[in-house]
Amino acid sequence: MGYPQKIHPRETPVLSKHFGDAEALTLQGWRARGGYAALEQALGMEPAAITNVIKESGLRGRGGAGFPTGMKWSFMKPGDGKPHYLCCNADESEPGTFKDREIMRWTPHAVIEGCAIAAYAIAAETTYVYIRGEFTEPLREMTRAVKEAYAAGILGPNAMGSGKRIDVHVHKGAGAYICGEETALMNSLEGRRGNPRIKPPFPAVAGVFAQPTTINNVETLAAVPAILTNGAQWYKGLCLGSPKSTGTKLYSVCGNVRYPGNYEVTMGFSFKEFLYDLCGGAPEGRNFKAIIPGGASVPIMTVEEAEGAVMDYEGFVAAGSMLGSGGVICFDDQQNMVKQIARLARFFAHESCAQCTQCREGTAWMTKILERIRDGGGTPEDLDTLLDLAEQMTGKTICVLSDSCATPVISGIQKFRQEFEALIPPSRSRVSTAAVATAVA
Amino acid sequence: MSDAARDMGQKVAPSELTAGHDPHGAPYGPVFVGARRAELDELLTHYPTKMAALLPALWMVQEDRGWVSADAMVEVASLLGLTPAYVRGVVTFYTMYHQHPVGRYFVQVCTTSPCNVCGAEDVVRALLERTGCGELGVTSPDGRFTVIEVECLGACGFATPVMINDEFIESVTPQRVPDILSRLK
Repeated sequence: MGYPQKIHPRETPVLSKHFGDAEALTLQGWRARGGYAALEQALGMEPAAITNVIKESGLRGRGGAGFPTGMKWSFMKPGDGKPHYLCCNADESEPGTFKDREIMRWTPHAVIEGCAIAAYAIAAETTYVYIRGEFTEPLREMTRAVKEAYAAGILGPNAMGSGKRIDVHVHKGAGAYICGEETALMNSLEGRRGNPRIKPPFPAVAGVFAQPTTINNVETLAAVPAILTNGAQWYKGLCLGSPKSTGTKLYSVCGNVRYPGNYEVTMGFSFKEFLYDLCGGAPEGRNFKAIIPGGASVPIMTVEEAEGAVMDYEGFVAAGSMLGSGGVICFDDQQNMVKQIARLARFFAHESCAQCTQCREGTAWMTKILERIRDGGGTPEDLDTLLDLAEQMTGKTICVLSDSCATPVISGIQKFRQEFEALIPPSRSRVSTAAVATAVA
Repeated sequence: MSDAARDMGQKVAPSELTAGHDPHGAPYGPVFVGARRAELDELLTHYPTKMAALLPALWMVQEDRGWVSADAMVEVASLLGLTPAYVRGVVTFYTMYHQHPVGRYFVQVCTTSPCNVCGAEDVVRALLERTGCGELGVTSPDGRFTVIEVECLGACGFATPVMINDEFIESVTPQRVPDILSRLK
């Protein structure tokens, strides 16, 4: 069972090995568990060699996009005379996801070590760890661990005696899901409103302070020390399916499920076995009705689709969804899908940065329509309007928050249309909506 | 808040209509003196621009005063070489900076879908009742509590999480509410 439960025998604890182990929090305890050996090894290698190991390992971004990490690092041109920056994206806000929080509050030194290795590989002297403001405990542990690392000379102008400068600064966010988007994160770090930027230019060309920047997720960076220590082949071997998806993934399981928590399994695991053997299935006396496998932004799956899925990047796509952040949200047969999709739309409407018209207006409009349907005031035209809105909101904005709002609406209407229709009497048409609304109120 | 948010029926706290000055009319004393000034000066060495210290500086203001007043925005602006209007633009973007005083205990309950299906709305109801607030966003008559709903707090497996000021409490149920509140004076 996933943390906070005991480790299930079918899990592969790499990142989660020390969850719940208070002694692993301190520098001393971390070193006793092999910590910082990887950084020491890295500082004796050529930066390009480190990037090659990560490329070989097949590590892909664990924040949601799944971009090959080694490739991302190789975009940082050495010797260009510009200051390079690394940003650790610790703004975890995708509904259903709570893995980075655990990584930071139980193994902050793993994150610091991963950041330090990455920073050295991409010639970045300064790393910013952007942690969302609500993460009180991760902020406290990361700040404390950074201080410990500086005091021990692991960080600073002469990292571990290598002559290289590695600085890490914790930067606290202030409440904005959109700041998990890499360009919005950079704007926020610069002291601006968290509006995403148009790409190109890409961060590796012009990122924070207009300088070459790499942004990586917490889980991605936390995997780096183990990969360096155990080798790329080892990481590639942690894979039961497609060779394009290697290593382990921390899945955050929540909602209506018997054993919620973070589970770490190798890529290629059977989603059916995962949901029932490891997570315990639906709560007592209930059955699953819908599963979202990768956070609120990925398509909702029917139970049938979920039971047939393989847990890796390609597998989830083949089964009609995406791996995303790995936030597994379970809905049982007592849930009202219209109500939950309306609540997800409200989330996106609240979090829209409001730059793009389609997103600003579309998320709010979708929310209004969905809540009206939920409350019995829906019309037959509403579903067509929602799908039309969804099309206008997809692929036409500066960032994909807009697309993310459309996704549960599209998949919800596609796969749970009967629940929407049940709330909309066929006799009701737009003409009499006002009269009906008064009658319903 | 944005017009879209207002359209969706978010409540406007009465004091949001004031200019962001101290509601009791007390004169403003600067935040960044002494130790706080030293802290800000050290912080500025972490970034190549002064502007990048804006969010951290605003946090220092809120830690000291409990909210970010218009006077504080003017102070921060002048220290960082920004305009007060720019600073207000940043403050209004982020949900965690209070633009008016709130109850001594600012209670935030996550009600996004993963927590929603685990009874988050029941937790909200229990809190509204036990604190005496009655309504979201309205400070209780004794000035101790303000309760709001927030979006995903990133603790979905520990439903329902509740933040009270900086304290992050996991696995809150309606049954636990009286106990949790009784610890707060």
